[in-house]
Amino acid sequence: MSGAPLLTLITFGPLVGALMIMLFARGDEKASNARWVALWASSFVFLVSLLVWAQFDPTNPGFQMKETYEWFPEFNIAFRLGVDGISIYFILLSTFLTPICILASWTSVDKRVSEYMAAFLALETFMVGMFCALDMIAFYVFFEGVLIPMFLIIGVWGGARRIYASFKFFLYTLLGSVLMLVAIIAMIVQVGGSSIEEAMLFDFDPELQIWLWLAFFASFSVKMPMWPVHTWLPDAHVEAPTAGSVILAGVLLKMGGYGFLRFSLPMFPDASAYFSDMVYALSIVAIVYTSLVALAQEDMKKLIAYSSVAHMGYVTLGIFTGNAQGVEGAVFQMLSHGIVSAALFLCVGVVYDRMHTREISRYGGLVHRMPKYAAVMMIFTMASVGLPGTSGFIGEFLVLAGAFLANTWVAALAATGLILGAAYMLMLYRRVIFGKLEHDDLKSISDLTWREAAIFTPLVILVLWMGIYPASFLDGIQPAVAEVLSRAPVSTASSLQDIGDQARSLLASLR
Amino acid sequence: MKALYSLAVFLPLIGALAAGFGNRRLGDRGAQIVTSGGLILAAIISIVAFIDVALGHNPDRAVLFRWIESGNFDAAWILRFDTLSVVMMCVVTIVSACVHVYSIGYMSHDHSKPRFMAYLSLFTFSMLMLVTADNLVQMFFGWEGVGVCSYLLIGFWFDRPAANAAAMKAFIVNRVGDFGFALGIFGIFLLFETVSFGSIFSAVPQYTEARLQFLGMDLPALEILCLLLFIGAMGKSAQLGLHTWLPDAMEGPTPVSALIHAATMVTAGVFMVCRLSPIFEYAPNVMAFVTMIGAFTAFFAATVGLTQFDIKRVIAYSTCSQLGYMFFAVGLSAYPAAMFHLTTHAFFKALLFLGAGSVIHAMSDEQDMRNMGGIRGHIKQTYILMWIGSLALAGVGIPAVVGFAGFYSKDMILEVAYAAGSVPGMLAFIFGIAAACMTAFYSWRLLFMTFHGQPRADEKVMAHVHESPPVMLWPLYVLAFGAVVSGIALYGPFVGHHFQEFWGDSIFILADSEGHNIIDKAHHVPFWVKALPVVVTALGIFLAWKFYIKDTSLPKKTAEAFEGLHKFFFNKWYFDEAYDWLFVRPAKRVARVLWQRGDIGIIDRFGPDGISSLAKRAADKASKLQSGYVYHYAFAMLIGVVALVAWRIFQQGA
Repeated sequence: MSGAPLLTLITFGPLVGALMIMLFARGDEKASNARWVALWASSFVFLVSLLVWAQFDPTNPGFQMKETYEWFPEFNIAFRLGVDGISIYFILLSTFLTPICILASWTSVDKRVSEYMAAFLALETFMVGMFCALDMIAFYVFFEGVLIPMFLIIGVWGGARRIYASFKFFLYTLLGSVLMLVAIIAMIVQVGGSSIEEAMLFDFDPELQIWLWLAFFASFSVKMPMWPVHTWLPDAHVEAPTAGSVILAGVLLKMGGYGFLRFSLPMFPDASAYFSDMVYALSIVAIVYTSLVALAQEDMKKLIAYSSVAHMGYVTLGIFTGNAQGVEGAVFQMLSHGIVSAALFLCVGVVYDRMHTREISRYGGLVHRMPKYAAVMMIFTMASVGLPGTSGFIGEFLVLAGAFLANTWVAALAATGLILGAAYMLMLYRRVIFGKLEHDDLKSISDLTWREAAIFTPLVILVLWMGIYPASFLDGIQPAVAEVLSRAPVSTASSLQDIGDQARSLLASLR
Repeated sequence: MKALYSLAVFLPLIGALAAGFGNRRLGDRGAQIVTSGGLILAAIISIVAFIDVALGHNPDRAVLFRWIESGNFDAAWILRFDTLSVVMMCVVTIVSACVHVYSIGYMSHDHSKPRFMAYLSLFTFSMLMLVTADNLVQMFFGWEGVGVCSYLLIGFWFDRPAANAAAMKAFIVNRVGDFGFALGIFGIFLLFETVSFGSIFSAVPQYTEARLQFLGMDLPALEILCLLLFIGAMGKSAQLGLHTWLPDAMEGPTPVSALIHAATMVTAGVFMVCRLSPIFEYAPNVMAFVTMIGAFTAFFAATVGLTQFDIKRVIAYSTCSQLGYMFFAVGLSAYPAAMFHLTTHAFFKALLFLGAGSVIHAMSDEQDMRNMGGIRGHIKQTYILMWIGSLALAGVGIPAVVGFAGFYSKDMILEVAYAAGSVPGMLAFIFGIAAACMTAFYSWRLLFMTFHGQPRADEKVMAHVHESPPVMLWPLYVLAFGAVVSGIALYGPFVGHHFQEFWGDSIFILADSEGHNIIDKAHHVPFWVKALPVVVTALGIFLAWKFYIKDTSLPKKTAEAFEGLHKFFFNKWYFDEAYDWLFVRPAKRVARVLWQRGDIGIIDRFGPDGISSLAKRAADKASKLQSGYVYHYAFAMLIGVVALVAWRIFQQGA
């Protein structure tokens, strides 16, 4: 198979599945056919992505399996694909979670099933395409394209306040998107082409870097989401159907972090160093503030959504420490959070499907009726609080270690998240799972079905695998991160001072 | 041999998995046999390891596989077998095996026996990982692992709100300590660029003068690192300030209290400081701090223990107090003495807890000593075993001749405190002597209130009082054997004249300017120092007899005469109330304010909702057009911002 355009296959494979559903799913069996086609298509894509992983050479720090298709040759814009030790794992995360989402929606989605399945497959194309893209225009198209199916999934299959949530989501992301497009056009003009690889090697003027960095930051910080542009996330999660939340938390929240690693850090190293203190501050506020807010939540999904913001705070913190531990930890934290938060939203979905409420106070004592569910949720709760031996620990630990090397204040403040995180997650677990079974309608609630158990089993295995033998992933991440960091100049105080002065004069001239 | 020793570490894990996942096929009995059998086997292997590694001076390491590698950060799964770890392995596996067997009887009426056995075994595995760790991160793995198992076991009876609350409290308070521990690990990595014990220890002498920038302050590196690590130890070992979770942890089943909250997990902090002795030795100020914390804890917990009525809480405060002894011993560099007391304490405290469990079992789950009394004739064996435990705890013996386990280990610590000749040492000696007297008092108060006098339970309970089955009594006899002989048997190797040969490289003590070490000095204290603990112990026992046998109105009178002090002790010095007022309530209040005022009141109001309503108003004024969604109007505003930034960027680029 080597030499075959595997990346094209995994990018557009899902789209073919979506087209097949829209074109051929007809008649009485329409819903069922759509489900099966979606499952087969996404499973096939997952298997091909495993093949990509098998062929991937973790020791090679550069981009591999590159494919180039002419697009606008006169502007040196082409459709370029490739993977490195960072994107490969995000691709795997996306292709792994999509079949799980389709299984999770098997019975809970019962209206417009074929459109729903097609939307999910289209979403997968955009996600995988975004992580594969080595061209800025292609990246932009995929990056923004992701929003369309997600917007539909929330807006059509969502809860009562879905319109408010989806427009809030859209409004927040719009500003950033447009600014990013402007920045990309400016870069194409400067570099003389849209290749990401070429842009990485280009030395942007430090003054320009500041502006480009800010334009990208406007987009990525919303997607993360970073404090204070995070308030769309709890609403979006609450209104989204279970599988929508899974993809939102599992993959879409990683787009911002991935963007920082692909653009901000290697292309604007001076600006990244200049703004690192600001990012630290925002990250710490995110960790402490949203952890506290999570403590006050009465809705299971909102609580987990706020915890996601806190966990993403570790990611932005790690990325901008600019050292190996911090950045590798951030990548690992994103992967781990992708699995763990996805699993937690699936856990909420399990009881939501049965009781149709997410109010924490409507539950309690589930362990009596649902011991398997209680055990599964315990594992993900522990992974979420970063228990050693689970995937959550590795990322958090490396990020904090990296932060400590960069700035002890930052590390000490961020580490308070260890305590707060334990508080809100254990509180959630205690109120939902432990205690007496007091609500009458819970007395006949049933434990995990075989389908649900089949969904959770691979997630549990991954969480433990990543926690006990993270080398399987870190081995590939390490060279790629080293490559990204090699672009960062030794940020000497004087050069930083210069940039600072320039930025200040720029801001003054703006006024 | 290291493969065999590694097996001892993993046997409990195998047992836990088998009991946890095979519950339907194995059944209750199968789960009990698999876990208990695994633990007994692990205990036998541990004893073999003790003979080979500790007595035969044959330390070894078993490299398992890679773990976290990132940049120059490298932490692998490696098991370290040296004297320190095999001593801990023996303590952990022997007590755990006893507790496993005991639990078969104690939990015989419970509905989820396999789950209980699985948790116990999983705990034992985590504890063994902790003590055999070869680097700080792996130690942290075990550290957090025992914390989770403790959480699961305290909350084992998940129907009880009190048990759930206690479990959460234990986990979160421990996390406060772990916060310090984690920062300590990061600091060690920053300074030494490694987290492996071997590499750190060999590099320490080069860093004695090193400075570290921490929180904007320029501090002596080793001092601040040791302080951070010690905060972790304080959390796990329930030292003053972070002790509040331990008494509440008594909500868990009694075998759990014996294993986790008396014999093993709570001693992890002491073990940690001993393991890191090569670093702590170069942090004299932190060592003084450790000594003071230990001394205060020993004293504080004993005062609270005097007044409690719940039989398990009395023993819990006693544990807290005894841990204080161990800490002031390590603070004075007497690591071998601390390890000695840790070992003997594991036997007699587990004995006392399991004995108390036997009493509770006999009294139909009654734990309040005010509702006991007069049962010594009914449960003779338990009564005698509790006496042995108390004699060992109080350290009864004849100076220079013979005594129970605590007599050797506790007196050794008090001799060390005297011999140290420093201010913290003297303080520790005084508090230690006072605590010894109180220890004797509350121990015999417990014995007299529980077993002697007139029965205070109702007839139904009294009619039902029965001796525990052999499966519960046999483990007690094993522990009682340890409580009697462990002192006399281990004194020689642990703290005798050739103690350095026994501990080898696993413990490091910096000799003073004259080339002496604290253990040797402790052997040469005046006779009155050796005799004083026994005298105050006798005094404590006499007072308990006077108060609870001779004149039973005395406790009430005394409590009334010293009402304020009694209230202060009885309410545990008001730590819980203070913490609730200082941390718990403010956190909850701040959480609500941030959410309602911060997210909804400010960010949303001036952010998306504000922009859209502003745009709507502007659009309404400009024309009367409306298309339904207010957000449409907001886009217009954004375009302005975009245009501005675009203009700036292209101006720069051009």
